[in-house]
Amino acid sequence: MKGILKLGFKLLVNDKAKFSALILGITFAVYLMMFVTSMFFGVLNHASANIINVGSTIWVMDPYVESVSNSVGMPNYVLDAVRSMHGVKYAVPLYSGGALVKLADGNYQPVTVVGLDDTSLLGRPALLEGKIEDIYAENGFIVVRDAEFPKLENPHIGSEFELNDNRAVIVGIAQVATSGLYGIPTLYTTYERAIQYIPNPRFTISYVLVEPKSMDDVPQIKQQVEALGYQARTKEEFMKRTEDFFIYKTGGGINILIMTAVSFIIGLSISGQTFYTFILENLERFGALKAIGIKSRDLIGMILFQATFTAMTGYGMGVGACVLLIWLAKLRLPSYAAMLTYSSLVIGFVMVAIIAAISSYFGIRKVLQIDPFSIFRG
Amino acid sequence: MPHVAIHAKGLEKWFGEGEAKTTALRDVELEAYFGEMLYIVGPSGSGKTTLLSVLSGVLRPNSGSVRVEDVDIWSLGADRLADFRLKKIGFVFQDFHLFPRLTTAENAAIPLILRKRDWDECIREAINYLEIVGLKGRAALPPVKLSGGEQQRVAIARAMVSQPDILIMDEPTASLDGDTGNAILSFVHKNVLNPNRCIVVVTHDNRIFEFASRILHMEDGRLTTAEKGKA
Repeated sequence: MKGILKLGFKLLVNDKAKFSALILGITFAVYLMMFVTSMFFGVLNHASANIINVGSTIWVMDPYVESVSNSVGMPNYVLDAVRSMHGVKYAVPLYSGGALVKLADGNYQPVTVVGLDDTSLLGRPALLEGKIEDIYAENGFIVVRDAEFPKLENPHIGSEFELNDNRAVIVGIAQVATSGLYGIPTLYTTYERAIQYIPNPRFTISYVLVEPKSMDDVPQIKQQVEALGYQARTKEEFMKRTEDFFIYKTGGGINILIMTAVSFIIGLSISGQTFYTFILENLERFGALKAIGIKSRDLIGMILFQATFTAMTGYGMGVGACVLLIWLAKLRLPSYAAMLTYSSLVIGFVMVAIIAAISSYFGIRKVLQIDPFSIFRG
Repeated sequence: MPHVAIHAKGLEKWFGEGEAKTTALRDVELEAYFGEMLYIVGPSGSGKTTLLSVLSGVLRPNSGSVRVEDVDIWSLGADRLADFRLKKIGFVFQDFHLFPRLTTAENAAIPLILRKRDWDECIREAINYLEIVGLKGRAALPPVKLSGGEQQRVAIARAMVSQPDILIMDEPTASLDGDTGNAILSFVHKNVLNPNRCIVVVTHDNRIFEFASRILHMEDGRLTTAEKGKA
């Protein structure tokens, strides 16, 4: 069988024009599919940035919260009630909201402000410069150094600016695992300062962060919170809910689906058509092989090998092109929202497998139909 | 008494049904012997290509039997029949049917490759046969770089490489000029025919009749007359 596969390989790659068209078609389709899905998964990841960066095990919130960036304020008694629930080791408040910073040049820059519990500072970021205790200093804020950092005119420790008409001083520079989705800088401060600086409705707690005594306590904590009229979600559940919001309620999911389908159709039409033409051009010779004595299963094996080899080569090159482009983009924009995930790889692989299967199905059908007698008829 | 290589009996073959029915073979009986070059000749549409296809196990007859070396080939299943053709029969087609993207040596090696032999060994043996047909120096070239006569010789090398007992040649000179056709058949007669091989040639080119051991004339699906050849 090895020799027959080698024969198939040579027939395929020695036809350089067709082989190049086949590889290019599949590479382009895979690249498009991978890139679109990578962008989407990147967007989803960035949408959950606060959940990832704060890292709490359980998040308590209003039941109508659909994504981490759209919180609904909760009254203080929710915090007290959660603290007294069975299975809760500790619970702290978290503030998350937006504000306007007035820069030295007089321009205004929107920012995300995260207010950490004053006592525990649970969810604090890793500091690159400065000391965490300085967050308690007068007007102290910590700024995140990410792609949006220059929008605050590259502040350093001691930089001052106005935040909603209040004086703010940078006391630390931090890094976080994931940047936010909306392209605005992030500032950390204490919970009390956040609600003092930023105009708020009656209820100020965005989320209650809960650490259970053990993971076995999570179900009963969720039940108790539900009985209170609120909802407790694990980190993963909250990320899933945020992702679902972007997939189903923003049109992003449908757009990605359409783009993936278009990429698939492009790949299928280019490579399917080219592969079929390749088979048609060699049809008489395949007929001659049948007359000489090749068995149908060997012929099928040869065509499947050709289709699989083309598909896998195109897949590898498509993934490579996607990785290269994302890498180049991230050199310029460190928080570029594209992320190659196993899901993207699997989706791309399945699409390519379908393209190869459809292309080879029509090729095999045509080759099996050819009557070797027609070779004699000329 | 020469040994019988092919024995065909009561062969009938028709295409289509009803008014569109065309009968290509009518009660054909023949014997071909080892060591002979048997010509089947006749006008276009007389059924000679159909007969060749039936004799070589490519086209199933509607009735009758074909025994090749005492094996009733049409009683074999599809895989065993393919195997039988691969091992026992060599084909030289009218249009050569060489793969343009393979080298001459790879083309000649195809029957051995299909027998799942080691690739390098197949190529080595194919080059030996290319040497016999005088094309060793062209082994690495693609067939498109060769002349028509050279391509036909590659096709002969391909047919011979698995040392078949029976060689089937379908209009071997149809794509060649007179001199080249003559040279090819002369080569086959001198170098390919031997006491253990039977060669069946379908042709209507009377310029190559001089190489025939026997000539069977065909008309309207029937073998009409048989004559002894000059060779």
